[in-house]
Amino acid sequence: MLTVVLAPFFAALAAPWLVRRLDRRASFVLALVPVAIFAWTLSRLDAFAAGLTDVTPWVPGLDVALAFRLDGLSGLFVLLISGIGTLVVLYAGGYLAGHPMLGRFFVFLMLFMGAMLGLVLADDLIALFVFWELTSLASYLLVGFQSEKPAARRAALQALLITGTGGLALLAGLILAAIAGGSWRLSDLVLAGEAIRGHGLYLPAMGLIVLGSFTKSAQWPFHSWLPGAMQAPTPVSAYLHSATMVKAGVYLLARLDPAFGGTAAWTTTLLVIGGITMLAGLVLALLETDLKLVLAWTTVSALGALVFLIGPATEDSARAAMAFLLTHALYKGALFMAAGNVDHEAGTRDLRDLSGLVRAMPITFAATAVSSASMAGFPLSLGWVSKAITKAAAIEAGGFVPVAVVTFATLLLVAIAGVVAIEPFLGRKSEAAKEAHEAPPSMLVGPLALASLSLLFGLFPDLVSDAVLAPAASAVAGVPLAVEAKVIKPFDWTLGLTLVAFAAGAALYVLWQRRAELWRDRLEPVLSRGPDAGYDHALVGLARLAAWQTRLWQPGLLHRYTAATFAVIVVATLAALFRGDLRLAFPLDGLRLIEIAVMALTAAAAIVAAIATTRLLAVTALGMVGIGVALIFMLFGAPDLAITQFMVETLVVVLLALVLVRLPGFRLSATADRPRALHAAIAGATGLLVIVLLLGVLAEPFDSRLSEWFARTSVPEAFGHNIVNVILVDFRAIDTLGEIIVVFAAALAGLAAIAARATRRGAR
Amino acid sequence: MELPLVLLIGLLTAVATWLMLSRNLIRLLLGFAVLGNAVNLAIFVSGRLTRDAPPLVPLDAETITGAFANPLPQALVLTAIVIGFGLLAFALVLAWVAYERLGTVRTDEMRVAEPPEEKA
Repeated sequence: MLTVVLAPFFAALAAPWLVRRLDRRASFVLALVPVAIFAWTLSRLDAFAAGLTDVTPWVPGLDVALAFRLDGLSGLFVLLISGIGTLVVLYAGGYLAGHPMLGRFFVFLMLFMGAMLGLVLADDLIALFVFWELTSLASYLLVGFQSEKPAARRAALQALLITGTGGLALLAGLILAAIAGGSWRLSDLVLAGEAIRGHGLYLPAMGLIVLGSFTKSAQWPFHSWLPGAMQAPTPVSAYLHSATMVKAGVYLLARLDPAFGGTAAWTTTLLVIGGITMLAGLVLALLETDLKLVLAWTTVSALGALVFLIGPATEDSARAAMAFLLTHALYKGALFMAAGNVDHEAGTRDLRDLSGLVRAMPITFAATAVSSASMAGFPLSLGWVSKAITKAAAIEAGGFVPVAVVTFATLLLVAIAGVVAIEPFLGRKSEAAKEAHEAPPSMLVGPLALASLSLLFGLFPDLVSDAVLAPAASAVAGVPLAVEAKVIKPFDWTLGLTLVAFAAGAALYVLWQRRAELWRDRLEPVLSRGPDAGYDHALVGLARLAAWQTRLWQPGLLHRYTAATFAVIVVATLAALFRGDLRLAFPLDGLRLIEIAVMALTAAAAIVAAIATTRLLAVTALGMVGIGVALIFMLFGAPDLAITQFMVETLVVVLLALVLVRLPGFRLSATADRPRALHAAIAGATGLLVIVLLLGVLAEPFDSRLSEWFARTSVPEAFGHNIVNVILVDFRAIDTLGEIIVVFAAALAGLAAIAARATRRGAR
Repeated sequence: MELPLVLLIGLLTAVATWLMLSRNLIRLLLGFAVLGNAVNLAIFVSGRLTRDAPPLVPLDAETITGAFANPLPQALVLTAIVIGFGLLAFALVLAWVAYERLGTVRTDEMRVAEPPEEKA
């Protein structure tokens, strides 16, 4: 199975070379890959019910494996991905013939195909997530394929940001699910439903996974990226944004239904959001004038319907969801390709400019008519079958509301089918229609094949019901199910409802013809404030937030950085101190007057240095602090330190004096220390922190072993009586060498800076 | 007897922090120098204080007897004093060169690397 998933990736690598050699005929070669996968899957049809597993170690240390599993649900998806994929590759060869970037296009398309196959076959949660993100990435590249158009770039980014954000939620959700279910394998989680639903992490895991699925499958209010994604070339719309990728969210929900389904939270969320998406999508579809956007909105609606059907997690709803999944993929793929034909040959997709194309494009019309009939659910089409199953589920769910929703959706779909199939093709020939002619064969194979299947499966549902739909529905429901093809009871009371819906839909279509413009204008202000505008606002807001916090943290002002650094040091250290048991010592015994005097003098000098307003006073005070420190060293048995400190302090004062006379006056401007109160607080806190730290150190027992060792070995081993000197030049001689190098380097660098300054002056 | 010295170190640290928070580069450098002194004293006091007894082995003895000042922090501080001096000297030169180039000693006016945002 690894080969199956990897094959499209290798094909992607070869695609540019093939296109260079064969030009558009490369599509025939590339189509062999999905054809082979399709054939392979069909040959494994018997294994669907039991499931077929294939594990390749990937990151064994983290227990992540490329585990793949082919069962009813993934099998149905693989058939759709490879089957429709074949037709789309062929179609793209015709649609983008002569496009300079055809090679690149096929790279992206095959990349997507591989990612999508990996997604539906993955049994490992991490592998699933990786492929999930890969499909988002491929979608980004494909939507933005016509990168010269700003609208395409915006749409691509929007799709990436929305699905990418959802992907992050999904990752968190999958991790929580793995913790709750105790395994990283989907096949284990599906069996651990009881444990997961009873686990404390159930709600967060479910919420995050549902969120990820909703963004991917364009559920309200995350749907706005899908109509935007219609900026992609039509083969992409047909493939990613109707038949396959957008169904990834649906796939995941269906897959996890046995694990997560059955609770009130799950059912309510899916029913409400799915229902809103389904009905809103249909209404918005009617309001569009762009043929492709009409189809995009019906796709949104169909995705809502699928979520809606998965929600109840009953056996009937599982059957209905899978039947509708197949039905929708077949008719929507065909409709998109047919719409692409119209766009390609008539030069426009605007329904207001299209009319009377049937003479010029009879084959495209036939495919559109059959597929639209399936969409509306007319008899003899697959749509009729899946609608019957759906209605059975709605009745089972027991209630007026589900049946009413389904009937209302049928009504709207009938009207939309009229918009899609009748409006462009029948009637008086429009200007655009006069120029049009039928599309080339490569662009007719796809729509014709899919439309024929809609018809074939509609006439003979047995062809798919037992072999494909039953195992798929079983995987969704978690128990073996049969899908009876003969569910259609001709004189059921719902038939009356269906007929009423058909009639009302037809009436709506006729009425709509006259009233559409009026309603479009009337609803324009409402629609322009939808989630799509919200996305723009969110993006602007995010940029503002980023700019604001960058200004806050990186103002380019040194004193703010310093203040933040000291504040963090104080807060973090205090937090750490008070978490342990802090003991303080206050050693105060036998002070001598001279010690007190020296320390008081030093303290006074330091305070003067802090508030000095002239250069001379500041330097003098600093010098006094240094001398005070030297005296302290002297008083407490460190004559070497005292001598060094005296020398260094003298040099510092000389240096300071040398430099300061070349710098401007030191008189404090009023603003130099602002904000004074805050700075004083930070300074005081830092001082207090040091006091607390040192008192804590003094409270600890003193370990004198090292010092005593130096005292003991100084004379016998190093022949020196001044222990400090021996440590410096013998025991720690390398340290001292390093110190010398540092001072030397500082001197060199200082000299270089001064020399450079002199050179500049000379050059002037 | 360490307590007063600890308090002094706290005061020196506070003064150093206060000076380093200034927008005046010279005051910042002064703070730098004071901080060096504070840190040196902190290391010194951490090794405990001993009065009037430098760690010197009498010339006629193999080892030292009685109480003596801890030699280890002294060695560390000695290194630190010298390095601190090198650092301060270099920083002073930098401040001088910076003033000659930029014409200011105020850090909030040195905005070459991070220019203030232009008002949109």
